Amino acid sequence: MARIIVVTSGKGGVGKTTTSAAIAMGLAKRGHKTAVIDFDVGLRNLDLIMGCERRVVYDFINVINGEASLNQALIRDKNCNLLYILPASQTRDKDALTLEGVGKVLDELSGDFQYIVCDSPAGIEKGAYLALYYADDAFVVTNPEISSVRDSDRMLGILASKSRRAENNEEPVKEFLLLTRYDPSRVKSGEMLGLDDVQDILSLHLLGIIPESKSVLTASNAGMPVILDEKSEAGQAYEDVVARYLGEDRPHRFIEDKKGFFRKLFGGKS
Amino acid sequence: MTNTSSVLEFKSSTFFTPILILYSNDPAAIEQSLQEKINRAPDFFKNSPLVIDLRELNKSGLDIDVIETTEMLRRIGLFPIGIRGGNEQQNKQANKLSIPVDAGGEHDSANQTLNTGTTKAQSTQQPPQDSVADNTVQNDIEPSESIVHIDSTQSPAEPVSSMIVTQPVRSGQRIYARGDLIVMSQVSAGAEIMAEGNIHVYNTLRGRALAGVQGNTAARIFCLDLQAELISISGDYKTSEHLTKQMQKKPVQIYLQDHALIIKEIA
Repeated sequence: MARIIVVTSGKGGVGKTTTSAAIAMGLAKRGHKTAVIDFDVGLRNLDLIMGCERRVVYDFINVINGEASLNQALIRDKNCNLLYILPASQTRDKDALTLEGVGKVLDELSGDFQYIVCDSPAGIEKGAYLALYYADDAFVVTNPEISSVRDSDRMLGILASKSRRAENNEEPVKEFLLLTRYDPSRVKSGEMLGLDDVQDILSLHLLGIIPESKSVLTASNAGMPVILDEKSEAGQAYEDVVARYLGEDRPHRFIEDKKGFFRKLFGGKS
Repeated sequence: MTNTSSVLEFKSSTFFTPILILYSNDPAAIEQSLQEKINRAPDFFKNSPLVIDLRELNKSGLDIDVIETTEMLRRIGLFPIGIRGGNEQQNKQANKLSIPVDAGGEHDSANQTLNTGTTKAQSTQQPPQDSVADNTVQNDIEPSESIVHIDSTQSPAEPVSSMIVTQPVRSGQRIYARGDLIVMSQVSAGAEIMAEGNIHVYNTLRGRALAGVQGNTAARIFCLDLQAELISISGDYKTSEHLTKQMQKKPVQIYLQDHALIIKEIA
């Protein structure tokens, strides 16, 4: 059985798709057969970030409607042959997704894959709800600003009450915090919330801090998950995230300003 | 995962449903009084299902038209889903409106649906299941028998159980307790916790907390760190604008004195 991960946030533009692409690639690179699904029907862009937009023939909705088989729709990544992408439909809207349809696709994928990463759309409507419903683990992507933190809190509430695990009274969805676009210098000057402020409100297990980095935009434009850019801080941060998720104990980095570089080994609180 | 071979499935589930106990048969008075209650917690009552309890009315020999009452309730945004304690005529009217009638102690399906909420509330104060499990039949009957006592407010001697929440209450979540509400974790901004009795929060309270929502002016709110958006006891409220920051990060209690909310540090 595959482990189903939802990457969610509530708020838009915080880095869900970047994160989905990076962790899916990270898991696959470590030898786990991984599928990443774009749930943002009508506004698909995971395929762009993954650089496979020219190879999209069939999509998630086609599979749900039985117009294509899963094998026809899955796109094998050009950089890693254990990674597959299931793109969203650009021409439909989110009503084309159904709870049963999504369940069926995930069920079918479960037999063949070890990890399934669900890239949630922004908002708390149907698409976001369906992306999280079947999840085992949730990566809550949050920016260090108050509206993003509030929206993440709301998502956590939905995970705790509306997911399949909650409805069936099973063990709750495991929730992890990913603090993205973190800029220690702006935290220091008080323009941004610090890690402690965010944790004060969310109190979640911190999986990693992704520093604000130009390499994210560069990687996105090149259609290459930023985790493959091993020289960039963001790439390394995602690498850490994947390692921690798989059980490795790595100290948190990128919390401190660069000037305090050797204080970087300060452990973050969980 | 989803079972694709079957079309449907029956499951028994529990729900909490407010019970509207009528003491007057004057439609105008009922409507006015209800409207006042709704105005205090509009979100809570919006589209809320409701069971109409006519026992008190019939006890006092006051008759009421179920069809008219139902229409009035629907008009103000409530959804009556059952009646109980009605006389023959009233039950007939309810059936005509496709509203299930709770026949009291009988074990019919309507009875189950109507009372499930209270079964759950009650089970928390019952001894663990296995202590009664040696007699399954008794175990089966007991809940719905004793329910009759529990949710009829006429027997205040019967304690209403309290509700304990151990998970964080996140933004957008709402919790309603018929008795006391005890929250072991934080209550986020944008969350709403309500109790007919007292509210205890053993962590930071950032959301809205409403105690004594059914008019219990003696209800209190206790918390370890008061950063609430709104606190209310029996309808008297204060918003965060009127809460001083001095009370943050300190254990406090909030109670009502002459319609004024008093916030006091617990020394």
